[in-house]
Amino acid sequence: MSENGDRIAPGKGLLDGLAVTFKTMTRRSTTQQYPDVEPDLPPRSRGVIALLEENCTVCMLCARECPDWCIYIDSHKEEVVVPGAARARQRNVLDRFDIDFSLCMYCGICIEVCPFDALHWTPEFEYAETDVLSLLHDKDRLGEWMRTVPPPPAHDVLGEPSKEEATATRKAAGPGAATAAKTARPANVRATRPQSEPSPPEPGQ
Amino acid sequence: MPLWLDLTIRVVAVMAGFLVLPLLVGQAEHKVMAHMQGRVGPMYAGAFHGWAQLVADGVKFVQKEDITPRDADRAVFRLAPIVALFPYLIVILTIPLGPGGLVAQSLDIGLFLVLAVLGIGVVAVLMSAWSSANKYSLLGGVRGAAQLLGYELPLVLAAASVAMAAGTLSLPGIVEAWQPWWLIWQGPAALVFFIAGLAEIRRPPFDMPIADSELVFGYMTEYTGLRFAFFLLAEYVGIIVIAGLTTVLFLGGWHGPFADQLGWLWTLLKIFALSFVIIWLRVSYPRLREDQLQRLCWLILVPVALAQLVLTAAVRTLL
Repeated sequence: MSENGDRIAPGKGLLDGLAVTFKTMTRRSTTQQYPDVEPDLPPRSRGVIALLEENCTVCMLCARECPDWCIYIDSHKEEVVVPGAARARQRNVLDRFDIDFSLCMYCGICIEVCPFDALHWTPEFEYAETDVLSLLHDKDRLGEWMRTVPPPPAHDVLGEPSKEEATATRKAAGPGAATAAKTARPANVRATRPQSEPSPPEPGQ
Repeated sequence: MPLWLDLTIRVVAVMAGFLVLPLLVGQAEHKVMAHMQGRVGPMYAGAFHGWAQLVADGVKFVQKEDITPRDADRAVFRLAPIVALFPYLIVILTIPLGPGGLVAQSLDIGLFLVLAVLGIGVVAVLMSAWSSANKYSLLGGVRGAAQLLGYELPLVLAAASVAMAAGTLSLPGIVEAWQPWWLIWQGPAALVFFIAGLAEIRRPPFDMPIADSELVFGYMTEYTGLRFAFFLLAEYVGIIVIAGLTTVLFLGGWHGPFADQLGWLWTLLKIFALSFVIIWLRVSYPRLREDQLQRLCWLILVPVALAQLVLTAAVRTLL
């Protein structure tokens, strides 16, 4: 009680303790009724990683940056004959794209590093398995998660305008006009999502 | 009313109270403790806010294997839970619910019997501790014996004070003689009795003999299934008994508006209020260390109880 040397009335600590528990009892409890009620997840929750196969160019950046080495990629090259071009072009075709979620530590580096937005976080988290081998999601399964990717958060109204907007304004203003976009980093470091691309549907639709 | 019918009704009523009241307190503990910790407690059993949780627990306990350790003293080991439970049943027999003989067994020396029978708890603790052939059990049992013997003294002294004030040892007689200003006059004794009672039933913060973080589960370590359930039941009956005795001795039992008709209700309300306080204390306070426990008993409770005896005697002579 008074061993700490504070000059407080004896027994005040005891009463304070009782008050704390009593006040807590009168408040609503914070328990989430999870299996009955869907949890209200914060935006950008890291549930599972989805793959938009069309965006993948097999650059292998994600597989190389992965700290756990849990991304497996196989591909082959295909010739594409472009009419009017001097010679046929080559493009990479994805054969295999697996993420082993039993190894994944959900750092999100693969998503950060992907130059073409082929990988996305989705808040889905109910993919537990009774067999650890089933946690290896192939590219079809990863593609299915795309349905659950939430639309990107709205642009902060107080923040810097996006690169696309800034570029558009600069072009409209004519050559030589001083804007923020001129001093900004080159746009090819990390391409942001183009405005024309349709945003993925809401999860659960 | 013929004697046999009278007896049957009393025994059935006491058994019903013996089995139902601890369940109510146990369920209340689940829920109150949960909400005091910002949780919701059991929600599934019985579909409505987990009201059947303790029934489900009981079914589970019955299904468990009844293990007696190989080195245990079998007879003593098996007898201990009954010895722990039975004294409380006898105490409940003597707790008056309302005026006009609403008590299972009215005794002239009720208080004497109650205090004597409560002392049997030590025997049950030592029996279970020694017969388990387990070091944790033995440690818990020795702690329990030291604690129970120590706290017996302030418990008896505080009860003696109120018996002196009322001039009788009969529990209904004490309630009969009780007057509201006794709340102040016998206040220190009430506090001492309640705290010593908490220690007697080994409830947190006085659960050194059980101390699950250091002694596994003290003298109950080796018990499983129904025998363990008996020990748990004994703990919750103990809450009822201590709350009931404090109500009867210090809070005026059935005294309240319309005591003639609603006396039993007042008694029950006071018992439940005290049970809530017991649960509340469990949630709020950490376990006492063994030396703090003995220090509280011998340096605070016993002197206060003795001073209360002097005060009681003085006021009695002056009036």
